[in-house]
Amino acid sequence: MRKRTAPTRRLLAAAAAGSLLLGLTAACGDNSDPTKSAKQESLGEGDQLTITTFGEFGYDELIDQWNQENPDIQVKQTKVALWDDWKNELNTDLQAGSGLPDVVAIEGDYMPAVVAAPDRWVDLSQSEVDGRWLDFKSAAATTPDGALLGYATDAGPEAICYRADLFKDAGLPTDRDEVAKLMTTWDDYFSLGEQFVKNSDAYWYDASGSVAQAMLNQVPYPFEKSDNAVDIENDGLKNVYQTVSSHVGDLSPQVPQWSDDWTANFADSKVATVPCPGWMRSNIKDNTGDPAPKGAVWDVADVFPGGGGNWGGSYLAIPKTSTHQEDALKFITWITAPEQQAQIFEKYGNFPSQVDALSDPKVTSFTDEYFNNAPVGEIFADRAAAIDVQPYKGPLYSDILGKFQDAINRVDAGKDPDESWATFEQDVASLQ
Amino acid sequence: MLTEQRAEAAPREPATPTVDRRLLRRQRRSRWDLKVSPYLYVSPFFVLFGIVGLYPLVYTVFLSVHDWDRLYYRRGGFNGWANYDFVLHDPVFQKALVNTFSIFLMSSVPQIVLAVVIAALLDGQLRGRTFWRMSVLLPFAVVPAAAVLIFGSLLADRSGLVNQVLAQIGDWPVLHQLGIGPVAWHDHRWWSHFAIAGMVNWRWTGYNALIFLAAMQAVPRDLYESAALDGGGKIRQFWSVTLPMIRPTMVFVIVTSTIGGLQIFTEPRLFDDTPNREGGADHEFMTSTLYIYVKGIEDQFYGRASAAAVILFVIIVAIALLNFGLTRFLTRRAEK
Repeated sequence: MRKRTAPTRRLLAAAAAGSLLLGLTAACGDNSDPTKSAKQESLGEGDQLTITTFGEFGYDELIDQWNQENPDIQVKQTKVALWDDWKNELNTDLQAGSGLPDVVAIEGDYMPAVVAAPDRWVDLSQSEVDGRWLDFKSAAATTPDGALLGYATDAGPEAICYRADLFKDAGLPTDRDEVAKLMTTWDDYFSLGEQFVKNSDAYWYDASGSVAQAMLNQVPYPFEKSDNAVDIENDGLKNVYQTVSSHVGDLSPQVPQWSDDWTANFADSKVATVPCPGWMRSNIKDNTGDPAPKGAVWDVADVFPGGGGNWGGSYLAIPKTSTHQEDALKFITWITAPEQQAQIFEKYGNFPSQVDALSDPKVTSFTDEYFNNAPVGEIFADRAAAIDVQPYKGPLYSDILGKFQDAINRVDAGKDPDESWATFEQDVASLQ
Repeated sequence: MLTEQRAEAAPREPATPTVDRRLLRRQRRSRWDLKVSPYLYVSPFFVLFGIVGLYPLVYTVFLSVHDWDRLYYRRGGFNGWANYDFVLHDPVFQKALVNTFSIFLMSSVPQIVLAVVIAALLDGQLRGRTFWRMSVLLPFAVVPAAAVLIFGSLLADRSGLVNQVLAQIGDWPVLHQLGIGPVAWHDHRWWSHFAIAGMVNWRWTGYNALIFLAAMQAVPRDLYESAALDGGGKIRQFWSVTLPMIRPTMVFVIVTSTIGGLQIFTEPRLFDDTPNREGGADHEFMTSTLYIYVKGIEDQFYGRASAAAVILFVIIVAIALLNFGLTRFLTRRAEK
């Protein structure tokens, strides 16, 4: 018997390994086309329609109600705490082409990226929802071809929430109408802050990042031009960056928004004002504690420096991978209807983006006990009417915004603003 | 000494020439059986490895030389070295690499030293031995994400318990002069590495200690007796008997903790509580695995992420080999 020589054996082994690999590549490399709709199935016994939301959509009670009224379409909600974490999971699922729920909640800033890749999402346009939303909300979810890819949930008209007790201690007026008169422009807002911090241990605002984002919502072209070309060297953006950076030493608590330190500052009475979209109220309530610690009085002023502004507000979308698109559509048509959103506003504060809900007496006459009985329905309706600039958001908006927040956070952490800006430029270049 | 014994235990069988054809066939079959069966027995692992280990590895290399369509999450055309070029010239990657090594050194070195010491203590005659042995393993049973959340809130820069205590004792006259006070656990680059290394050590030291303990228990007790008769104290016994005898385990633990230490991910990912979670706003504690994640999942450049993964793979293999050689070299010298 002739012994095989070593090289032959090695060759054989290599060939075996190679064919194994080829087989595997052939098996796994055959990805199904993500732009094709999944085969539709009907919900069987025990099957559930899945929806993933982030933050607080206020859907708990409504989904219970829906499930009682619709035994055939049982809905199960998964809640993720932060949008950014959900965005990453969403990215992973979209990449894999599987694992997505039937209904996906999408932050408004990410909608342009969805609209830029419309073939992955179900067109939701139907006559029933024509004119349901404020124009700018539905426009942001509509493709140039007229497909509607998301149903808007809430809008984020911004007011200013403030701690009346801290204002009083620092010798500032506490009445919400008087406070409103003192901060109609950003210059007024900042100089009032300088006056405030002289007489108080608290910081003027909750985070540099939140003021930066609030100001950014009034810049017509923050990061991208109308042809989606990235342009971060514009005056509007630079002004926001420089203004916020210049106040890091005196007005800002120098903690990143949403961090543990940020949360703790609310309960420690370290925050005097917060740029306050409707949904922010439930964050303030949770962070400060409900019932509020002794002496702490939050209030809402019917004003926003520099005019109006919209921060956030989300959408529900159905990916083409869903196997129950028709049922999903029925569900989101119901849950984004004006009546439902009005109910959410009462309980959670997420301000409706639906035209009919804005004139619903349930909304307009609503006062919030936690915020010193402020007529929040009326205030946020006023704030929504005051929005005159809708920033242009291209497909990279959400990604660049993340890098911009990093840039602000670096300055807060003590970095030189120019150096931090250079890093930001580099980060943005890496996104292209 | 051990290797000689092993060589004697398995003497080579001399080949026996036969004439009977029948016997030959049976013999051949049994020899075939002897040769093939072991491979069949171990094959499930390799088949599984091929599917979940080797395939992704090869596919990563494949992706690393391709473009990526960000909008539709699809592979683009072949683009040669462009991804490697990007990664190698990316200052963020360089920073992440330095962070990785810094955190690795701050974690693996003290971790192994401490683990050996703890194992040596547990190896002695202790009251309630099982209790102590189990309790060193306790941190390992905690889900890493939960552990990081707890550490993260303890080490919060302003509101954290640790900094509040530091601020309190920093007010005392002498300590104040020494510069003791709150530490920027998140914002200061090296302190953040220290914090993360601390979490890693907290989790892994006990685990490694138990592995060392198992090795130490396998050391024949008569060796200690004879060492004691020769007048060697506890310390001398540790250096001259325990350490040389646990050498293979030492090599194993060092190699695995090198690989693990260069792939730290959960801790830096969750320790950062800015929404982006990229290892600090200035990437102060971004590790290279986190870089891969950020490039691939957050920024949606799978090609670049794959290129970074390949580079990290090469680095880890090189370091593991180096470590392996170094450990063998050092312990062999110590043995002589």
